[in-house]
Amino acid sequence: MGLGAFTFTYAKGYSYLSNDPQACANCHVMRDVYDAWNHSSHKAVAVCNDCHTPHDFIGKYATKAYDGWKHSLAFTTGAVPEPIRITTLNRQIAQENCLRCHGDLVEPISHIEDTHPTDCLTCHAGVGHSH
Amino acid sequence: MVDPNRSSWSWRHVAVLGSTFFAGVLIMAGLAALLVNIQSHKREATEFPLKLVQISATELDPAVWGRNFPREYDSFQKTVDDTIKTKYGGSVPFSKLERYPAAVRVWAGYPFSVDYNKARGHYYALIDQKQTKRIQVVQQPGTCLNCHAAEAPQMIAAMGWENFSHTPYDELKDQAHIGTSCADCHDPNTMELRITRPAFKNAMAARGIDLSKATRQEMRTYVCAQCHVEYYFQGDNKLLTFPWDQGLTIDAIESYYDKIGFKDWVHKDTNAPMIKIQHPEFETWSTGIHAKSGVACADCHMPYVRDGAVKVSDHWLRSPLTNVNRACQTCHKQSEQELKDRVIEIQDRTAALLRSTESALIDAIDAIVAAQKAGATDADLAEARQLHRRASMRWDFVFSENSTGFHSPQEAARNLANAIDYARQAQAAALRLTPRQ
Repeated sequence: MGLGAFTFTYAKGYSYLSNDPQACANCHVMRDVYDAWNHSSHKAVAVCNDCHTPHDFIGKYATKAYDGWKHSLAFTTGAVPEPIRITTLNRQIAQENCLRCHGDLVEPISHIEDTHPTDCLTCHAGVGHSH
Repeated sequence: MVDPNRSSWSWRHVAVLGSTFFAGVLIMAGLAALLVNIQSHKREATEFPLKLVQISATELDPAVWGRNFPREYDSFQKTVDDTIKTKYGGSVPFSKLERYPAAVRVWAGYPFSVDYNKARGHYYALIDQKQTKRIQVVQQPGTCLNCHAAEAPQMIAAMGWENFSHTPYDELKDQAHIGTSCADCHDPNTMELRITRPAFKNAMAARGIDLSKATRQEMRTYVCAQCHVEYYFQGDNKLLTFPWDQGLTIDAIESYYDKIGFKDWVHKDTNAPMIKIQHPEFETWSTGIHAKSGVACADCHMPYVRDGAVKVSDHWLRSPLTNVNRACQTCHKQSEQELKDRVIEIQDRTAALLRSTESALIDAIDAIVAAQKAGATDADLAEARQLHRRASMRWDFVFSENSTGFHSPQEAARNLANAIDYARQAQAAALRLTPRQ
């Protein structure tokens, strides 16, 4: 247990609980993404969690836990896909966060009740950070 | 000891009971009001989109639909503008026969050689059809109204598909008053995109594509593909048919026509059996990079535009060159000038290839005419005439398509390269039959 606690602290696992974008840049593979966000249109209005995690308490920390597990797995085994592509689930989360702020503006065209809602990210994928 | 004369209640009790009762009344009334308020909000929520007037299933007049959707209607009405000039397109109805005189000889013997203008906006879909000489020099069938009149689906339902199609255009045209309409593409109750033209439904069914499973993004192309396609009139009933059974390339379309031994007309000068290709925008787009990237017609030609506090689709269908910021820069972050330059570069190259193809076609036509004069028989000329047909339809596939190559630049270039090749082969074949003077 002691060793586990030490490992967790050494790997800065606790940083996963924070909202600070610097925490995401712990992993150097995210440095370019962090830089891009710092120059993006959403720099002043959204941090990583605003787009990449749900905003309810359970959803947010469950997503952090799930993603955190996958990140540590990828990092430990070195099996980081090249290029990194967003998973279906995380894309869904990002899309919902687009609507969380911009839903009123795009209400006539978002078709959220439809089987095929309009997909913001198809055209606007670069607003948070470039790809 | 309790005083027996003292009653069990006092004014204080009354006051307490009374005010409790009164408070209860107020609370209940408040709850009832809240309940009614919630109910009315819930009812409002089901009224999406908000409809000021109920649009009937048979309503075709865009002005009526426009009462519910004034933003879209306003932008749709802007298609009346016929002053937009771009290098190769726009909305000014210049004569293509004057600008590209070779077309007159390429189409010799066919109504297109008499009158062919750059199309104006959707506002003029029926107006310009009623005014073109192409319905005067030849008696056209009612089939022509399929795409140019909003009344077409209702007329087809009333008269039957065969009857509507073979009845002469002149007998039906007075029943048509509205050109393009909201009803062509939208369901009047839900505003969902829908297909209303039978020919497109038939063609997709023949290709094994289930339209009921089409995604929204696919529908944003399919509604345009009801009309912006190559077609022919099948059989004595002149049924509107799309030649897509084998695919959407000109090669597949040629194979389709060859298999059924079809020709649109016999060339007046060479007597070759010819195919006329009409506005194959959908077929051309489908081979391009934008189609492969999931970009629909509406993404460039009806981009989302912010109108006050909401975003709606821009219904002012026009050349994206007049709207580069909205049509292109959402995805392409280069400057407007860079993007325009790139488009013009593609169009310039396509235009240059078109002019070379026209030279080759004219040479081929002249050679076949000379061979005929020199006494070559039909059997002798069969090869040259077949090559003339093959060359001309490939030229037409690019010339009569409204993007001057942009919808699929490499495919346009490939088709013209093949056209030039076949035209020169036709010329060579005819020259072999012509003794030197």
